[in-house]
Amino acid sequence: MSEYDGLPGDWELVVGLEVHVELATATKLFSASPNRFGDEPNTNIDPVTLGLPGALPVLNEHAVELAMRVGLALNCTVQPSTFHRKNYFYPDMPKAYQVTQYDQPLNVDGHLDLPNGVRIGIERAHMEEDAGKSTHVGGTGGRVHGANHSLIDLNRAGVPLVEIVSRPDIRSADDARAYVSELRAILVVIGASDAKMEEGSMRVDANVSVRKPGTPLGTRCEIKNVNSVRSVGRAIEYEARRQIDLIESGDAVRQQTRHWDETDGRTHTLRTKEDADDYRYFLEPDLVPLAPSAEWIERVRAALPMLPAARRTRLSAATGQAADSEAVGSVVERGQDDYVLTVAAAGGDAARALVHVKEAFADQSATPQVPAADLAQLTTLELGGKLTATQAKAVLAEIVAHNGGDANVIAAAKGFEAMDTSSLEALVDDAIAADPDAWQKFCNGDGKAMGALVGLVMKSSKGKADGKLVTALLNQKKR
Amino acid sequence: MAAPAMVTAASIAAAVRAGTTKAADLVEQHLATIAAREPEIHAFNLVLADEARAQAARIDALAAEGNDPGPLAGVTVALKDNMCTRGIPTTCSSKILAGWKPPYDATVVRTLQAAGAIVVGKTNLDEFAMGSSTENSAFGPTRNPHDISRVPGGSSGGSAAAVAAGFSHLSLGSDTGGSIRQPAALCGVVGVKPTYGYVSRYGLVAFASSLDQIGPFANSVEDAALVLDVIGGHDPHDSTSIPQPHPSLVGAIQQGVEGLRVGRISDLPAGADPDVQARLDLAFETLQAAGATIVDVEVPAFSFGLTAYYLIAPAEASSNLARYDGVRYGLRVEAADTDSMYGATRTAGFGDEVKRRIMLGTYALSAGYYDAYYGKALKVRRLIHDDFERAYQQADVLLTPTSPSVAFKFGAKGDNPFAMYLCDTYTIPTNLAGHPAMSVPFGTGTEGLPVGVQVLAGTLQEPTMFRVAAALERSMK
Repeated sequence: MSEYDGLPGDWELVVGLEVHVELATATKLFSASPNRFGDEPNTNIDPVTLGLPGALPVLNEHAVELAMRVGLALNCTVQPSTFHRKNYFYPDMPKAYQVTQYDQPLNVDGHLDLPNGVRIGIERAHMEEDAGKSTHVGGTGGRVHGANHSLIDLNRAGVPLVEIVSRPDIRSADDARAYVSELRAILVVIGASDAKMEEGSMRVDANVSVRKPGTPLGTRCEIKNVNSVRSVGRAIEYEARRQIDLIESGDAVRQQTRHWDETDGRTHTLRTKEDADDYRYFLEPDLVPLAPSAEWIERVRAALPMLPAARRTRLSAATGQAADSEAVGSVVERGQDDYVLTVAAAGGDAARALVHVKEAFADQSATPQVPAADLAQLTTLELGGKLTATQAKAVLAEIVAHNGGDANVIAAAKGFEAMDTSSLEALVDDAIAADPDAWQKFCNGDGKAMGALVGLVMKSSKGKADGKLVTALLNQKKR
Repeated sequence: MAAPAMVTAASIAAAVRAGTTKAADLVEQHLATIAAREPEIHAFNLVLADEARAQAARIDALAAEGNDPGPLAGVTVALKDNMCTRGIPTTCSSKILAGWKPPYDATVVRTLQAAGAIVVGKTNLDEFAMGSSTENSAFGPTRNPHDISRVPGGSSGGSAAAVAAGFSHLSLGSDTGGSIRQPAALCGVVGVKPTYGYVSRYGLVAFASSLDQIGPFANSVEDAALVLDVIGGHDPHDSTSIPQPHPSLVGAIQQGVEGLRVGRISDLPAGADPDVQARLDLAFETLQAAGATIVDVEVPAFSFGLTAYYLIAPAEASSNLARYDGVRYGLRVEAADTDSMYGATRTAGFGDEVKRRIMLGTYALSAGYYDAYYGKALKVRRLIHDDFERAYQQADVLLTPTSPSVAFKFGAKGDNPFAMYLCDTYTIPTNLAGHPAMSVPFGTGTEGLPVGVQVLAGTLQEPTMFRVAAALERSMK
């Protein structure tokens, strides 16, 4: 279900996303300073980070390994690669150049399948270093324009990044959102990044254009500062409408870099193509080419954990729920799918376990404290008609509160004693006797009448009767 | 010249290790020589008298306690002032680094000191190592100890002059296009540019990173070999340093040149003065007499070296020098906003030659010009490398003049940068190829001024190169 309105007329949205991800290494890309968020400003620094004269970069092997994990998880080819210098002046870029991969990136030609089955091409996933962080004081909205001074924190300078560049295959704001969510899930599962958009360890830039289907690509604008999964969709939708309005009013879209403003829900011009920097890329002479051996690549590939898409398929098969259902999606996202399968293996019902885990384990860790056997027992009682869905929920709440517990004992303590079939049958007979009209209608196939009869039984049993069992008894008596 | 310089570094170290010579005395002798002649030579940006005395005391104490102070115990060394020294100003002879004290030592500084060497000072250079006469220093030129009306060469002019004047036993320079070999030739000392990656560049302030290499100045081939044996080798802080260990060069020089093939480059660009050419011819004869075979080889791309170099080196320099923006260290000229501050700082901080090369390099890398300039220069670089490789299949070493002329007078190249650039015609191609080359003093030319002969060799062929240099040196004794 979409929270976006979609585009008017027969306009087609064309989106490519560039996602920057900070890798979860202990140290920086080219030096031994810690790669840690939230420390006192300018404490995780050294001659390399500061770009001091004479300092030289040394490539972090773990960063390469994590970057390869990203590439391989996105079905990329890992290839021999090189580093370039991207030259530009900015106070938070101490060397006045960023070391990045240019025409020979580490990972190329992959793809990511969205939960709805749409395949998005990945052009490349290359390594580069992050810049420091500038805080502009005195202006509006934290922007440099109008600020009276700026603070520079170089803790982030030199943090390893992977930039994942999609092909312009995305055709809706929903798919853009799904792409970012799915990518995030993959990055977390493979341990490459904590991918927290709110802390900036995952940053999304969107290249947006519009066109009439079948026509060439329109002029694109790059949208920056998109800081949440929700903003991804909002910013794209806004930008597409802005472009359509321009075109429909006889104007043309100009190639620009635009800034998404979360507060007013608009994009604003940052710079136009004409005043774009000339980065004067050239091969970084302080580093040697990076060509991971076939053995290394295979070792990384073999060590990759099962990815979210495969986990969803597996959970779907075990529970009978659709792979793109909310229950399957959210349980896999939380990493609790293994737990559901463990409950099933312990003799529980997978479908019921999925529902319970999805609803009652939202704030639990990937591996909940509740022993799988306890949840298995609960689903067995439920399935056997010993507990109603409502009762099961109450029992589960108790189990979760104590990180485990015997469902039988808790049910008994709550007075959820099992109602045997013979006493239930008596109540059903009473109900038929009490409302012969309804019984007659029910026998003639009126579904609503059944509800009235079940309601009577529930009332007389004070809610202890299992609705499913009552229905079964009624159907039995009808014959 | 000064007495301490006349004995080998190895024999000095042996005496200090044995306790028969005091490092403290050696330091005082050198400080006395410096006090006497430094005012007219100006080899140093900074003399480190207190630090040198303190290090000498440590070394003497080690020796007295029966511990080994190292293979360079008590040997004095001067450092080109583009090598970082912890807590000690490192200026690159530029105003832009005013007041900057590095918080770390260059790897070569650490290895030298760990080997017992004593740093006596930081030497003058052409600003950021850009020049061939040391006239481009923001702190005034260095004078040639053989004739103070003449330049010492450059850019490592201070380091060459320091050894020639007896201010230190040894010194280190950096060579991007000839900046060790050319001043060595002009000052009459040995100067070596090793294979790219032989010595760590960590802590060497970058000029052109793919060409820069640290190497020694010494009074003898043996001393130069000893320094390289100490400072050569892999450094985990420099990704471009060669991972394999290097064989001892001190060991290699004992062998003669019998059976070696010495190449004469038949298509070498003309331009060497007759006195220099005469010494080169004699060098071939000398080696032939010592048992080597002289072979003619061609290195067709050699003559394109200069033009390729003056695109590649400035391109890298334009990037390496962009960090001097007045934000974090060194000079800052205050201005209304950040961009104006950058501009004012760089305008005041850099000299003309540095600015010229930054502009040249920025242009060569710019969109629309890259392919015609920088891109083409890279192709020429590849050709030069390949031509040399082919030549080294026919010859073990090549011999050329180091400098087209002996030391020239101050101002002789006037306002013509290209005339100055021509000083490096014979040295530049080696840097582009990444190969080793060294200049060995080989007699004198016009007005009794020193002439150097350049010995060139293939990648990591330093042992052979040193054998040939040692043979030339022996013939002079």
